[in-house]
Amino acid sequence: MSIILEIIVFLPLIAAIAIGLGAPARFSALGTAAITLLLTLIVAVRFDTNVEGSFQFASSRTLLDMEGFPTLSLAFGIDGISLVLLLLATLVMLAAVLVSPQEREIKGSSKLYYLSLLLIGGGAIGAFTATDLFFLYAFHELALIPTFLMIGIFGHGENRVRTAWTITIYLGIGSLILLVGLIMAVFALGGSTFAIADLIALAKSPETGIATEQQTWIFAFLLVGFGILVSLFPFHSWAAPAYAEAPAPVAMLHAGVLKKFGLYGLIRIAMPLAPEGMAAWLNVILVLLLGNIIYIGLVTVAQKKLDRMLGYSSVMHMGYVFLGLAAMNQLGVSGAVLLMFAHGVSIALLFGLCGWIREKYNTVHFEELGGIASHLPKLGLLFAFAAFASAGLPGFANFAAEVSVFFGAFKDTAESLGWLQWTTIIALWGVVISAVYMLRAFRSLFMGPPMEKMASPDELTMKERLPHFLLLATLIAVGFVPELLNQFIRPAVEGLFLLTAG
Amino acid sequence: MDVNTTAWTVLLLPLIVAALIVVGLKRSPGLSSLLSTGSALITFILCVILAGGEGGDVKAFPWIDMGDLFRVEIGFQLDELSRGMMLIVTSIGLLVHIFSLAYMKDDKGKARYFAGLSLFMFSMTGIVLANNFVMMFIFWELVGVSSYILIGHWFHKESAADAAKKAFLTNKIGDFGFMIGILLVWVLTGSIYFEEIKEAVGGVTNMVLLNIAVLCVFCGAIGKSAQLPLHVWLPDAMEGPTPVSALIHAATMVAAGVFMLARVVFLIEATEIAAQWISWIGAATAVVAALMALQQNDIKRILAYSTLSQLGYMVMAQGIAHGGSDAGMFHLYTHAFFKALLFLGSGAVIYACHHEQDIWKMGGLRKKMPITFVTFALGTAALIAVPFTSGFWSKEMILETAYHEGAMFPYVCGIIVAFLTPFYMTRLVIVAFFGKNRTKDADHAKEVGPLMWAPLAILAVMAIFSAYKPVSGPLLATGYGSLSHLVEHFGLTAILSLTGLAVGVIGAIFLYKGRDSDPISIPLFANRFYIDELYIGLVRIFQDAVAAVLDIVDRFIIDPLVVRLPALAAMGAGSFLRVFQIGNVQSYALFFGIAVIALILFLIL
Repeated sequence: MSIILEIIVFLPLIAAIAIGLGAPARFSALGTAAITLLLTLIVAVRFDTNVEGSFQFASSRTLLDMEGFPTLSLAFGIDGISLVLLLLATLVMLAAVLVSPQEREIKGSSKLYYLSLLLIGGGAIGAFTATDLFFLYAFHELALIPTFLMIGIFGHGENRVRTAWTITIYLGIGSLILLVGLIMAVFALGGSTFAIADLIALAKSPETGIATEQQTWIFAFLLVGFGILVSLFPFHSWAAPAYAEAPAPVAMLHAGVLKKFGLYGLIRIAMPLAPEGMAAWLNVILVLLLGNIIYIGLVTVAQKKLDRMLGYSSVMHMGYVFLGLAAMNQLGVSGAVLLMFAHGVSIALLFGLCGWIREKYNTVHFEELGGIASHLPKLGLLFAFAAFASAGLPGFANFAAEVSVFFGAFKDTAESLGWLQWTTIIALWGVVISAVYMLRAFRSLFMGPPMEKMASPDELTMKERLPHFLLLATLIAVGFVPELLNQFIRPAVEGLFLLTAG
Repeated sequence: MDVNTTAWTVLLLPLIVAALIVVGLKRSPGLSSLLSTGSALITFILCVILAGGEGGDVKAFPWIDMGDLFRVEIGFQLDELSRGMMLIVTSIGLLVHIFSLAYMKDDKGKARYFAGLSLFMFSMTGIVLANNFVMMFIFWELVGVSSYILIGHWFHKESAADAAKKAFLTNKIGDFGFMIGILLVWVLTGSIYFEEIKEAVGGVTNMVLLNIAVLCVFCGAIGKSAQLPLHVWLPDAMEGPTPVSALIHAATMVAAGVFMLARVVFLIEATEIAAQWISWIGAATAVVAALMALQQNDIKRILAYSTLSQLGYMVMAQGIAHGGSDAGMFHLYTHAFFKALLFLGSGAVIYACHHEQDIWKMGGLRKKMPITFVTFALGTAALIAVPFTSGFWSKEMILETAYHEGAMFPYVCGIIVAFLTPFYMTRLVIVAFFGKNRTKDADHAKEVGPLMWAPLAILAVMAIFSAYKPVSGPLLATGYGSLSHLVEHFGLTAILSLTGLAVGVIGAIFLYKGRDSDPISIPLFANRFYIDELYIGLVRIFQDAVAAVLDIVDRFIIDPLVVRLPALAAMGAGSFLRVFQIGNVQSYALFFGIAVIALILFLIL
């Protein structure tokens, strides 16, 4: 029994309570974020990469063990997949706290602000490390509530309250559908436990596994439920306005980290518990993911404001993660996990920079800005790096992940192409689309002669650049040496397939 | 130093320099430029050592390692092809660095410029040394990035910003095909490594898919080497500083497509239809670009279209079996020197004429800039294939192979180009260097300094002699000029191309001598067959209009369907709350919390 994960999960929550009780808000948030990241790094260093398919640093406290009701435990543990997402969550949380001072809206209510921010981070960390289905779900909900709140209170634009309600209801419904699917799964497996490892073991055994037809139903609920949370087409329209109107740190945390919960759930829960259900819905998934990549990709091209463009682009890139999952092999799923990390870091970086621009120039309209790089070369360089990373150029983690996804999709085919391969070929056009909107945005914001009527803020200070450096350095390090994370992902995904193949 | 260290140093040194400049040295442009030039010198020396030494194993770095499933290495394939190409890249790279020291002396973005050059050297080295497709693709994209940075060097100019974007995106379209091609080759042969593919390609049974795969791989070359129909970015790329045009957009990067085809020539040879398409597209590009060059007035654009045309020659050769690939690479080598010379020469002219690029506003520069003139004339001689210059030998070899292999369409196109090239180049030289000074800028022009003319002189020597065995021997074993060979095979090809040379030069002298404006006007050629306009229209319709329509669909159909209905319910709840006379955000927050917690409790219980 190891308590380090419990510390990592509960530290932000305790700190949030402390802030509520009067602890210095920013100082506590910063300290907590830094310590959780540090502890996570320690966990990563001590993580045993030779273990396949079991949870490490596991802890479990049984809370409820009643006849006729599934055993409920407050249990934590990580395999390589959760570790990578844990790293993502703690890294982006620190960056989000660091960029927070640029937000003018929080002046005066920094207590509520930092408290909520820590709850989002802590909830996400809990969701990625919980090995009990109930808490996996509950921690995610815990993170969602402050997200809604912060959009409504600290957001931008006149519509923010309406947007906040929209996302609340939308994701609430998604969570409801998801819950139905989870309950169906738990009871289809005998209804004796919430422990994920036990559930998977039950699902894998021919005697206790779920019947194919039932799997199809369960997977449908899980796909829609998780799908709404990940903005799978056509359940995506909450995302762009929410990210555009949210405070930048909240957009960073939600688009970068919390949204990955839906994908994590598909990998951790849906695919192992209902593999035949996944196979049955595969062609539907292929169509939907093309909706994300091509349809949303083109919608992204049409955007006239940076924040909405980034929001849509983040929806679009989810399609590639689905593509990796749809490959249903180790290579594709590994690529998908790496892409979740890479996308999370790069979109957080972009939203952070976008927030800075909005605060300093009071606009993110492409038509109202131009030639910024002439005044602020450092900002221009940072944004260029971020845009290149997001567009999937080599040298950044996103590219390594996308390559694995594409090759994964082509892995199990011999001399003839199936639906998956044709989908991949169409999806590859999305890489061109990404380059189009990213370069257009960079062209119109940063290049050309400086706009005359534009504000002329000072260059980012060292302090303001720090969070961006942190994220960028991570992207480059993983881009050059994907093995940094692949060493964790590889055995975990192998374990996943050992478990499901049984 | 052993081969391992040498090869890795050649690859990584420029990257380290680029990173150093970006991270810390931007404030000291002088030091940055010297560091960058120094690294170019070191890599050149190391490449000479590499070319002279025996091969030997270089340790590969496992980039993505998924065990048996998938393994991408940063690994090296050091053979004649790559070692020869590295000599070209680093030698011209070094000369361009030196030239740039003077050319970019007072530029505000000097440090950024040299960081871009070093990044380019790193990327190009990676393409040349790659032993597998994915690694090549990585560096393929990175040269695209460095090209973007360098074309857009003067990014505050609208035209430069647009040109950089256009170059990048056009290349991206080619790379779309390239990636599909790599995936298909992987499916067919089970490998991404060139050596393994070479072994396995004979066993492929699905010839249709193999042909498609090769054509898709060729898409990459179409983009990078600016072949029809993706040629549109290269002329615009002339917005970059002229030394960049010489290095990247004439001698090396644009030749990467040709190099790639030569690297996988065994794939092309395994196909028939794909091979034929490759040589036809190359041939068509050669002619069409030469026609466009006839009517351009910007000195750099003339050279750019000429580059397109010459690249067409090289690509055309790659599709011709039995020695075509070697002939194409031979032309790549000779062309790299004389075209870099011509571009740097045009840079010297532009520098001397205070950034005037219109040849009709020059004139009489022969006397003002004698060294530049002589070197430029020698470069032109090589380009128009005056007998015994380097360009003559390599062009003869391509045409002769085409004739020999019965590739009639490419052959005829090649001969037509042999008539057009001497014409437009003679026009350029006569208008810019002869006659009287037409403007004040031309009148005030004076010879450039030694830092600029020394590279010109070195390149001029290479332009004449690079085809001969003592010089090209270490570069490439496959082709060099040989008088006895010429005498033996003297025939139709030689007669036709010599006729073309005579007709072109004499015709241009006759037409342009003593003129102050262009006596002929062919709008179709001057406007580049209106292809750019066509593309702008296509992008507007098929991308921007479709995107705008989809945006509307998303806002007004998808969103209402799946969001608005629930949102309306939310608004209802909102008005209900307003009954309680609450207006401030804090209370909204409170009710949010209560509502959501209620929702969750409802769900759980």
